[in-house]
Amino acid sequence: MRTDPRYDYALSEPRLPPPVDESLAEAPIDTEVRLRMWRKLQEIRQFSKRAYDLFLQNLVRGTTHLSLGMEAVATGFGAAIRPDDYTFATYRGHGHSLARGMDPGRAMAELLGRENGILGGKGGSMHLTDVSVGMMGSYAIVGAHLCVANGAAWSAQLRGTDQVAVVFFGDGTTNIGAFHEALNFAVVWNLPVVFVCENNQYKEYTPIDAVTAVPRPAADRALSYGLEPSLLDGNDPDAVYLEAREALGKARAGGGPTLIEAVTYRSGGHSRADPGKYRPDQEVEAWLARDPMVLYRARLLSIGVPQDRLDEIEQEVARAIDEATEFAKGGPEPGEDSLLTDLWADGGSSWRS
Amino acid sequence: MAELTYREAVAHGIAQEMRRDPSLVMLGEDVGPAGGVFTPTEGLIEEFGPVRIRDTPISEQALVGAAMGAAMTGIPVIAEIMFSDFVAVCWDMIANEIAKTRYMTNGQVSLPLVIRTANGGSARFGAQHSQSVENWAMMVPGLKVVAPSTPADVVGLLAGAVRDPDPVLFFEHKGLMGSKGEVPDGEVVDELGTARVVREGTDLTIAALALMVPRALLAAERLEGDGISAEVIDVRSLVPLDARALLDSVSKTGRFFTVEENPRLCGWGAELVSIVDEEAFWSLDGPSVRITTPHIPLPAAASLEDLALPSADRIYETVSKSVDLGSRR
Repeated sequence: MRTDPRYDYALSEPRLPPPVDESLAEAPIDTEVRLRMWRKLQEIRQFSKRAYDLFLQNLVRGTTHLSLGMEAVATGFGAAIRPDDYTFATYRGHGHSLARGMDPGRAMAELLGRENGILGGKGGSMHLTDVSVGMMGSYAIVGAHLCVANGAAWSAQLRGTDQVAVVFFGDGTTNIGAFHEALNFAVVWNLPVVFVCENNQYKEYTPIDAVTAVPRPAADRALSYGLEPSLLDGNDPDAVYLEAREALGKARAGGGPTLIEAVTYRSGGHSRADPGKYRPDQEVEAWLARDPMVLYRARLLSIGVPQDRLDEIEQEVARAIDEATEFAKGGPEPGEDSLLTDLWADGGSSWRS
Repeated sequence: MAELTYREAVAHGIAQEMRRDPSLVMLGEDVGPAGGVFTPTEGLIEEFGPVRIRDTPISEQALVGAAMGAAMTGIPVIAEIMFSDFVAVCWDMIANEIAKTRYMTNGQVSLPLVIRTANGGSARFGAQHSQSVENWAMMVPGLKVVAPSTPADVVGLLAGAVRDPDPVLFFEHKGLMGSKGEVPDGEVVDELGTARVVREGTDLTIAALALMVPRALLAAERLEGDGISAEVIDVRSLVPLDARALLDSVSKTGRFFTVEENPRLCGWGAELVSIVDEEAFWSLDGPSVRITTPHIPLPAAASLEDLALPSADRIYETVSKSVDLGSRR
């Protein structure tokens, strides 16, 4: 693990992005892998934009937390992870779910509160889970799922498999107790777990540096737990992929946990209720110009992928998202027959004789 | 039959289940070589080794979270929280994550785990190490809640809890650790959600839990001396609740009393009284009465703690007075 010195900076207003590392074009990554990542970036981006549109149409109720601008982290890990590994995400977990292969139609239907949703409408936007693809849940209360991911890693260790648990969380999580408990625990038990802090620079509505004792919320805590700091460009799928491969390999080989800080930027607000007005225009514009889509399109063109191929994938994904939307809209609203089911393993919710 | 203490029964029950299921593991603070602060896990690490009996840091969120993550990926787990008061520091994990995950995921996730914890007062530990917190758990949909009062029930209900595919909070009473009782030879497995009539009677029903069961039995003996026949029911399991056993008893006796160690407000007895009121009202010959700790934190001094917790004397006096008032009407 290493710290990229170009990201070794204290964030302060305006939080401008560092330059793109053009040398990553030469990184040993198969073009097929890169095209898969392009497809996944597109899928997550287009899914998020559609979710936003459906919200404006009042078809998505409640709240929803989009990861516009942050797609490269889920994408890079999604490409490096093994099908039997475990993923744990936060309420901002749509991208991580899609990156593991959750069906976008069933994910969209869940956002719409439909019976054909991946959780039958019982979980909603903040809890996307699909155990069949290793997506072990999206957790809506900051911090807890780092501890749960440790348990999945412990279980892999006990069962003698070389599965790894990967857990994604925001910069804000680094200031809650469970983060610190989980890191200490994972190191003491040498667990095969990868902690991935997506530092999008705002904890909800407040700049992370205004509420954190150290400039780099995750990387600067690593040494306290005997871990090497790892700081990388979270908008560059190649940078994430390379680091993911290394951390997963280390965990699989019995080398224990890794803590990664991926610096990125949330293009939108915290949730659907937040326009994100508290951020300087100059900052937002600078990061938009360096959005993962912009960055990766340029990267792929620079290594010789034809423009047509990129556009073709983009259009294929657009059709798939249209189909997913129709599938979701076509689902019935769940009714009384599912209200009282699946509290207990016997399928019911009875609590008395 | 072997006579075991309640404390020994805990280790006995865990060992029985660990021998049966080689994938079962346990974790907690000081559960390994130390054998636990009340020594209920003494000897387990010698038989099952440090991989299956695992000490943790003082990190309740981390250890309960690890139990959840292991359970959801196929490893059954027993987690120990040293004092039940400490569930408050990992309540997010228990009430928000463990309890809700199966329902929220539409049944995708199973959580075969047991959280054992030392519950209750009478040990003079003061307000933060003496609480009866089974009510906290009872209020959260998705948690099963068990509190045994005898060594045999410790073994049987612990086995029932471990074999249950749902999360169970298992409350071991600190004040009963040294109490003794016969435990049958061979495998002992009991069913969650079953109350037990521990003393038959015809005039009134007393429902009690854990440490309050022996106290209710003492009170019943004194009532018998006054010619009052009290039936005592050990509730044993709050979720699932054996409401049928309570209703059957009240239908027979016509009077209903609960003895709860918890502070007054929202105690489990209130739920029981409400069930009896709704479903056995026409069998009642008088009001149901709850005997509880006053609505205060538990004081540390022996004299004050004894005044606060329901004693056999207080149970006897409260029941006598209520029955006496009824007969004079």
